[in-house]
Amino acid sequence: MSENPLLERAKRFVSALRHCQVLGITAHQASEEGITLIMPYAPHLVGDPQSGVIHGGALTSLMDTACGMATLCVLPEFEVCPTLDLRVDYMHPATPHKPVYGFAQCYRVTTDVIFTRGFAYQDDPQQPIAHVVGTFMRMGKRLKGTQGLGSTIKGEQA
Amino acid sequence: MTHRFKTRLEQAHGRGDYAALLNLIPYARLIGIECTRLGDELLFRLPANKDNIGNPILPALHGGVIAGFMELSAALHLLVFTGAPGIPKIIDFSLDYLRAGQFRDTYAKCQVWRQGRRVANVAITAWQSTAAEPIATARAHFKIEEPGRP
Repeated sequence: MSENPLLERAKRFVSALRHCQVLGITAHQASEEGITLIMPYAPHLVGDPQSGVIHGGALTSLMDTACGMATLCVLPEFEVCPTLDLRVDYMHPATPHKPVYGFAQCYRVTTDVIFTRGFAYQDDPQQPIAHVVGTFMRMGKRLKGTQGLGSTIKGEQA
Repeated sequence: MTHRFKTRLEQAHGRGDYAALLNLIPYARLIGIECTRLGDELLFRLPANKDNIGNPILPALHGGVIAGFMELSAALHLLVFTGAPGIPKIIDFSLDYLRAGQFRDTYAKCQVWRQGRRVANVAITAWQSTAAEPIATARAHFKIEEPGRP
């Protein structure tokens, strides 16, 4: 196994999400500080056929996933955390034919709610293409089906 | 491409049939969005599609797909009602998830609260069972391209 169990968990988690597979999203880095996902450029993500720029919706999916998965970095055990709200500020359009990186971290964890923030970038993290904040509900470990998905991401046979 | 897009937009306007226009937008094809005109309003539909699932447990639609669907609905709504020369560019997008998006068809309607010369504010509501029980509400700002500018 890799020396980064958190990244392994993140990889398994993202591979269980069908829409993330369709978008080609994979886990790139994970630590207690936060998580980074990658979404490669693909023609089917284009939102503006005149420019070849990917649609904001693909970027939102990347960042919703990144913010949601940032909760893995701070919770001792897997919990399903639905998104309460999400805000995306678009700094400038993504450059076509380059992958997009999505970084997210949790900046406050309470018993019921987790506050996350992040940004999407291409070449330079100092020049983000979008800033994101998202709030997530903690549903606890006992929600129906949670343990099945929890086992999957731990790498156990469910 | 630009010319083709404009022609399709004009044809779609005339006939109230937006399928050919949506077909030119790869992301629209990816998630499977549809658009119909009801009187003077537009109704957007996202048919249930396994590729749009995020939570495999429930199963539920990926929150990002719901967001993308609503964002694209707002952009198309503006495109149709403002006669903008190209797809409006998004400035920001804020979304409240109210209920889980079940694995079933999703609908959306848009309301332009304010359209200035350069920026438009659009509210979007998405629902599955009934419009009175939305699964998400959102608000977006778009930059409007002024006609005559490339």
